[in-house]
Amino acid sequence: MPRLSVWMVRTALLHLGVGFTVGGLLLFNKGAPFDSAAWALLQVHVDLLIFGWIMQLAMGVAYWILPRFAQPPKYGRTWLAALAFGLINAGALISAGGQWVGSAGWTLVGRAAIFLAGVCFAVHIFPRVKPMEFVTPPER
Amino acid sequence: MPPLARYHIKAGLVHFAAALLLGVLLAAQPVFALPPQIAALRPVFLHLLMVGWVTQLIMGVAYWMFPKESKERPRGSVRLGWAVFLLLNGGLALRVIGEPLLIFQPGPAAGGALALSAVLQTAAGWGFIANTWHRVKER
Repeated sequence: MPRLSVWMVRTALLHLGVGFTVGGLLLFNKGAPFDSAAWALLQVHVDLLIFGWIMQLAMGVAYWILPRFAQPPKYGRTWLAALAFGLINAGALISAGGQWVGSAGWTLVGRAAIFLAGVCFAVHIFPRVKPMEFVTPPER
Repeated sequence: MPPLARYHIKAGLVHFAAALLLGVLLAAQPVFALPPQIAALRPVFLHLLMVGWVTQLIMGVAYWMFPKESKERPRGSVRLGWAVFLLLNGGLALRVIGEPLLIFQPGPAAGGALALSAVLQTAAGWGFIANTWHRVKER
């Protein structure tokens, strides 16, 4: 697994853990109410799991598993995928935080960052959606 | 494919079918003037789909396909893997029972089922992370 995929998948796992914990608090509060303000965390739960977990995991696995190029750079324009990694994490956290505190402005900033992450990753991965390339060894 | 991955994926398919059936019921509620409380089952529908199907499919495929942890423990702790499977599916089953119970017959049984469901599912999530973390590595 390439290093960037390791970062993406491990960060996605952290989003899964925090997202599940927040969801667990919400569900516990539904069954055994302890704080009515807990419902403000609903969108934090949704954003961490949809963007931080599912979307980022898909990006990490796609970067690892889709066909590489026969000539270097084998993974294509890596900087675009790295930029997508930074943007999706910043975006998911800013969007979740913005919705938690009820700030439409920060939510917009977060969602815009998530959108840019999607665009960067799509531009990066588009040329790698292709048949496998095989390098034939030179004849002796 | 190892047995645990098969169990995850097959249980995921059952949740998938159940979620889609519940989706039909939710859509049928206003059309056939079914009890309005049915609309409150939307969270069950969403979680059957996103946790029971999507996340569980990921768990099954990751357990099967992710890089091996070591020669001795290729898929991490098998015992923890099974615990995650039982915690996740037990937790979801409790939610599927607890949510309608809370709507139609609210009381400590329904509340307790949801609270326990929350604990089980959260434990499943962290158990999966603990078992997968060391398998996410460079060659």
